[in-house]
Amino acid sequence: MTISGESLKATSQKKSSKNKIFIEIRRDWCKGCGICVAFCPKKVLELDEHEKSSISNPEACTQCGFCELHCPDMAIELILIQEGTK
Amino acid sequence: MAVRDYIRERFMPHIWCPGCGHGIVMNTLIRAVENLGLRKNDIIMVSGIGCSARITGYLDFHTLHTLHGRALAFATGVKLGRPDLHIIVPMGDGDATAIGGNHFIHAARRNIDMTAIIMNNRIYGMTGGQYSPLSGYGRMATTAPYGNIDQAFDIVELAWSAGATFVARTTTYHAHDMVTILEKAIVHKGFSVVEVLSQCPTYYGRKNKLGDAVEMMKSYQKGTTPIGSNAKKQNPDLVERGIFVQEEKPEYCTEYEKIIQKVKGEKQR
Ligand SMILES: Cc1ncc(C[n+]2csc(CCOP(=O)(O)OP(=O)(O)O)c2C)c(N)n1
Ligand code: SF4
Ligand code: SF4
Ligand code: SF4
Repeated sequence: MTISGESLKATSQKKSSKNKIFIEIRRDWCKGCGICVAFCPKKVLELDEHEKSSISNPEACTQCGFCELHCPDMAIELILIQEGTK
Repeated sequence: MAVRDYIRERFMPHIWCPGCGHGIVMNTLIRAVENLGLRKNDIIMVSGIGCSARITGYLDFHTLHTLHGRALAFATGVKLGRPDLHIIVPMGDGDATAIGGNHFIHAARRNIDMTAIIMNNRIYGMTGGQYSPLSGYGRMATTAPYGNIDQAFDIVELAWSAGATFVARTTTYHAHDMVTILEKAIVHKGFSVVEVLSQCPTYYGRKNKLGDAVEMMKSYQKGTTPIGSNAKKQNPDLVERGIFVQEEKPEYCTEYEKIIQKVKGEKQR
């Protein structure tokens, strides 16, 4: 997991596929509502000490997209990195 | 395009409270537009005033932020001028059914081609939690400190009986469904109404002790059911979601164009 400037990134990889997904959280947009944390089926996310969403368990992510679509602040982006590309 | 290409990033983070459902509607709408492959210039978004109406400031389409309750009146003018473009009209429940109630039923009756999205949080969010025509009997609001004695509208029934040719209901919890519904509503030729149950944790939630945004979304998950489900038969209190009406009827701008052509033809003879 890396924290660069205001955004926070982690990669996850589904066991069944070679595709990797990059979860990016824009901390300056996140308001700490906890929707992503509460509804993530795999408990990938948690609120840190600053009440911002952070990625605590990227390996468990199933890439379901719930967090990305339900974030009211558009702070989460899942970026698919296809096999063969970096 | 990436989702953020549809946003005016200079205005972010937006003004909505933490967990406000209106943000989920915006998020979902962007994905519907992206899935349809529409260009930003293909869309004109017209809103009135309210927390919900602020959405036009954040989205990078052609946008008009007008007067409380009057979004559909402005949108009608815009559509008659540019019938080739998609018109999306996001409104609050107060905006659409209180001060703007007449515009709403008549836009539906005319079947003018546009998509009305009613972000129903059952309260006036922007002005501090006054009750709206959707608050419901017995509910609390700043202006109903002892409980509301007004009965609520049913937006789906209202839109349906007024003549809207596409009518749907969904919630912020069901955002995946919402994407599909919005796609269908936007391409539908006629007046489309999409009611979205959208949480206002700050006023409706707090006044009615419904918990935070997460709790309110769980109540949408538990309190709603697909149209015609068995669960509904067993528990009539469940609120149905899905597409209630999808039908073809003469569309207003098309009919208007026919009149113009007819009169032109008669003059040339
Ligand atoms: C003509 C007029 N009357 C009243 C107001 C004050 N006003 C602003 S927003 C609003 C209601 C907002 O509630 P709603 O439309 O449900 O949207 P929300 O803020 O809940 O999203 C009112 C009464 C106004 N701006 N203009
Ligand atoms: S849903 Fe969005 S705003 Fe809410 S905590 Fe998660 S990242 Fe932050
Ligand atoms: S994509 Fe799904 S599993 Fe992965 S973090 Fe988001 S909600 Fe959790
Ligand atoms: S007052 Fe309610 S509707 Fe307005 S931004 Fe806050 S939560 Fe959303």
